[in-house]
Amino acid sequence: MSSLIALDPLLDGGLLWTPLFIVLLKVLIVFVVGLVATMLMVWFERKVIAGMQNRVGPNKAGPWGLLQTLADGTKLFFKEDLLPERSDRLVFRLAPYLALVPAFLAFAIIPLGGDFRDGKGGLVTLFGHETRLQLADPPVGVLFALAISSIAVYGIMLAGWSSGSKYPLLGSVRASAQMVSYEAALGLSLGAVLLVSGTLSTAGIVNMQSTLGNWNFVATGFVPFFIFLIAATAELNRPPFDLVEAEQELVGGFNTEYSSIRFALFFLAEFMNTITMSALIVTLFFGGPQPISIGNTTLDIPLLPNALEGTVWLLLKVLVFLYIYVWFRATLPRFRYDQLMDLGWRILIPASLGWFMLLAAQRVGREAGWDQVVVTIVSALVLIIGYALLQAAHAVSRRNREKDGASF
Amino acid sequence: MELVVFVLAAAMVLGGALGVITRSNPVHAALSLVLTLFGIAVMFVSHNAHFLAAVQVIVYAGAIVVLFLFVIMLLGVDKAEDINIEPITVQRPLAAVIGVGIMGIIIAAIVVADDVLVERGAGLASTTVDNPDGNIRQLARSIFSDNVFAFELTSVLLLVAVVGTILMARRVKSNGAGK
Repeated sequence: MSSLIALDPLLDGGLLWTPLFIVLLKVLIVFVVGLVATMLMVWFERKVIAGMQNRVGPNKAGPWGLLQTLADGTKLFFKEDLLPERSDRLVFRLAPYLALVPAFLAFAIIPLGGDFRDGKGGLVTLFGHETRLQLADPPVGVLFALAISSIAVYGIMLAGWSSGSKYPLLGSVRASAQMVSYEAALGLSLGAVLLVSGTLSTAGIVNMQSTLGNWNFVATGFVPFFIFLIAATAELNRPPFDLVEAEQELVGGFNTEYSSIRFALFFLAEFMNTITMSALIVTLFFGGPQPISIGNTTLDIPLLPNALEGTVWLLLKVLVFLYIYVWFRATLPRFRYDQLMDLGWRILIPASLGWFMLLAAQRVGREAGWDQVVVTIVSALVLIIGYALLQAAHAVSRRNREKDGASF
Repeated sequence: MELVVFVLAAAMVLGGALGVITRSNPVHAALSLVLTLFGIAVMFVSHNAHFLAAVQVIVYAGAIVVLFLFVIMLLGVDKAEDINIEPITVQRPLAAVIGVGIMGIIIAAIVVADDVLVERGAGLASTTVDNPDGNIRQLARSIFSDNVFAFELTSVLLLVAVVGTILMARRVKSNGAGK
């Protein structure tokens, strides 16, 4: 039973009422927190962008315009629900849910708090049961997030196709090509984290990052983090990779034909995904709910139990990334489609693969007791030769293409 | 509990499989295939093969069927076909014969091999709270030490397939457009 669903000590033993109640409570909390956070994120994004562009932003509904999203959502509920005549009815209705459900599911594996200090491993005691402050800790851990993000492609792809119109189809085809391409770089940079942590479980990954020097951001040598950040932005279809919605070129992308509550579901999924991905970045690279600690000194928030303090740290760290995403949107111009594909296939995938090999070589060298300096120099040389070969192959293929006048 | 999971997963697999062959719209058929693949992933989880389940979803549902959908959409064959029209007349009886034959072989294999079948999940490192990665470690040891040769050969095979596809798909104009 326990290994079937999750690795939470809570679920060891038979089916009891208290654990069931705790799990239901967690489901409720994760769902509500997800919805409320999404609502606040929309407000946050509009307000911050307004600030960056010297505008006021939403300020009418509620204090500081906080309830603007609620007002917009309510409006969308009452709008007419259009079903285009040439649409595929079944798939058209299904697509928004295929986008929304993965967005919520991925949130389930994020450790939302807990005490990771002094080897406690994030376990807290709730109603006399030891448990983790996360909805699920499946044995496949972060692979679950990858699986979910590969399912999220369906929502966008089918939405565009089922609309029965050409602009949504174009939008969805280029969106899914983009998401499938960047998934490779995402997975490879994730590999570096798994190599350093030696475990797949998200709680385990957080547990390994006890001090600032152990944060995977530092431990994997910075490069995988930047690759992950770029690939995640592309995976989320957020600026500067928002070719999905390139409103100047595509009318509105895959969701052109959607209106009313179905449009709202796509909107919700997009912002929910941004929050989930930020939380995932924090979990993988910045220690999740771990406090900032250098050496033996730990930055401690007084008067708060350690388990709740984890939640505060997580929230602060996630806010930084949410701000970075908004910042990207306000400052960076959109990539052209061929630049997007070049960046993904020619730079990010080889770079993440090369870095992964470098880390693996270092690890093998350490276990075999080789000289670290020699290992580093040799692996750097191999990478440089590999890069040169890749460039040579590009040059040759480009020359051949130009000579032959091939069609691509 | 296990019986309930099995029945639900089996219903998903069979329902999806029926959908693949009965839906007249290729996109609906591809979506039914996704349902089948998910059902198989659930089966893997209930057999303690978590890693296989994750890979099943990532590779088959997340990449291969997406590719199918791409081809269907780009080639513009996404219209409902009349499945009563028969392009090759013998194919349906032939398919029925082959289907029944394969089913017979599988059932015969199970009946004959009844005594060598092991208990579900036997020999697999089970995942526990203390050792969450035991199963994956065991799989990795098996692939990268005992069967490393077959594994590497498979990757070469895939690479050859990719290179071959590009070679065949590339249209070369001998008196190029660039001149």
